[in-house]
Amino acid sequence: MELFDIQVITGNLPEFWRGLWVTLELTGLALLFGFVVAIPLAVMRLSKNPLVSMPVAAYTYFFRGTPMLVQLLLVYYGASQWQWMRDAWEAQHPLWSWFREPFFCALLTFGLNTCAYTVEILAGSMRNTPHGELEAAKAMGMSRLQSLRRIVIPAALRRMIPAYSNEVILMLQGSAIASAVTLVDLTGAARNVYSRHFAPFEAFAFAGLIYLVLTFVLVGLFKLAEHRWLAHLAPRKAQKAKEAQ
Amino acid sequence: MTHNASVEQVRVEDLHKSYGDHEVLKGVSLSANAGDVISIIGSSGSGKSTWLRCINFLECPTAGRILVGGKEVELVRNRKGDLTVKDPAQLQRIRTRLSMVFQHFNLWSHMTVLENVIEAPVHVLGILRAEAMQRAERYLERVGVWKFRDSYPAHLSGGQQQRVAIARALAMEPAVLLFDEPTSALDPELVGEVLKVMRSLAEEGRTMMVVTHEMGFAREVSNHVIFVHQGRVEEEGNPREVLLRPQSERLQQFLAGSLK
Repeated sequence: MELFDIQVITGNLPEFWRGLWVTLELTGLALLFGFVVAIPLAVMRLSKNPLVSMPVAAYTYFFRGTPMLVQLLLVYYGASQWQWMRDAWEAQHPLWSWFREPFFCALLTFGLNTCAYTVEILAGSMRNTPHGELEAAKAMGMSRLQSLRRIVIPAALRRMIPAYSNEVILMLQGSAIASAVTLVDLTGAARNVYSRHFAPFEAFAFAGLIYLVLTFVLVGLFKLAEHRWLAHLAPRKAQKAKEAQ
Repeated sequence: MTHNASVEQVRVEDLHKSYGDHEVLKGVSLSANAGDVISIIGSSGSGKSTWLRCINFLECPTAGRILVGGKEVELVRNRKGDLTVKDPAQLQRIRTRLSMVFQHFNLWSHMTVLENVIEAPVHVLGILRAEAMQRAERYLERVGVWKFRDSYPAHLSGGQQQRVAIARALAMEPAVLLFDEPTSALDPELVGEVLKVMRSLAEEGRTMMVVTHEMGFAREVSNHVIFVHQGRVEEEGNPREVLLRPQSERLQQFLAGSLK
């Protein structure tokens, strides 16, 4: 056996690409869902009414307090344990039948998981709104809803970029557990290639390299986002340099 | 100073404010006509800022009457026992009529100078963006910070930030400007530029109520001065009279301690 058999990789590129696509689709859709749903939930999380904030807190504690793999297995295998669920599948129920699909189960779990983290990141960022800015919004005649929509949320979304970039990267790498429910994502593809060629090093090293490249791309994108949306927190000398031009 | 004494913009009658057992305002009254510049002075903790903040309901008074633009504000008691404005629409009208400038500027940090100034005119008053831009240009020019329109507040000096905050208040084209210790958070060498702007606004005939420690401003710019001590109006009147020949011992002591 050779030290590093490049053929193992080059001969299986289509399979790696298909896996990569599954990874990107899962991660991207889960993040999109998580982000959009996190905004109203973060507002609820900060409500003074415990009937509104407590259910959201319970949800985020559950999803942040248990491993995502356990959550995924619970959804995918757990669902089939109940007779009514199997009956619903039998009857081709339009909603419950989704729980037979590994892709749907993974997407649901990942989406709920990243949403829970995003809610906490955003709610924490909203809590850090300077009191004076809220007061100014009030004094200018803004309603609570207006000051949320115009001041609190836009400023909080900007401030959360660095913390959220970590969540996105963790989500990308966490998506590797999709292969536990028969999905052939990037990790799943590497595993298939390994078992066909008995070349674990080549297969997993290549998958790892792709994850690494994806991570670098994400880090770069978030750097751009910070440059664009966090300019107001940048040190003052950037401003002086601009004025000097 | 000449002004139209017939149009009363703000009237406060027998205003009380308590925090629990602690009574901060023990029945204070004032009347501001169009063109009046009223300075409210007093030591820290005298209740002067609380008074100003009760007028636009950033604080809820415990008792009293407030009239804005000749119209009585309808008040109801909230769960804490304080008075709040019954009709949210009236509260919004009051707040757009009385624009406030804060001690710590309170500019929205994620918005540029220009965005800060057009925000409330567009989203509260509902005027067109193009019109709001014209207003912003007019008032930012007026206070001398138009060249910083694309900067963020954190990149400006305190004096520049406060002038932006004044432009933001002016862009609402309010009937009355409320200033809550507008120079207290500034470095001494930056106080002058803000006072200069405020003086020129007073000379334009704008109605202003100013909580301040600047005795020079109170004496030279305002036409009425109110000295607050322990939640009561101790002495008030024409600033030249009151500040040069204080009657009460309290005011004499206060002025001796803040000679400027």
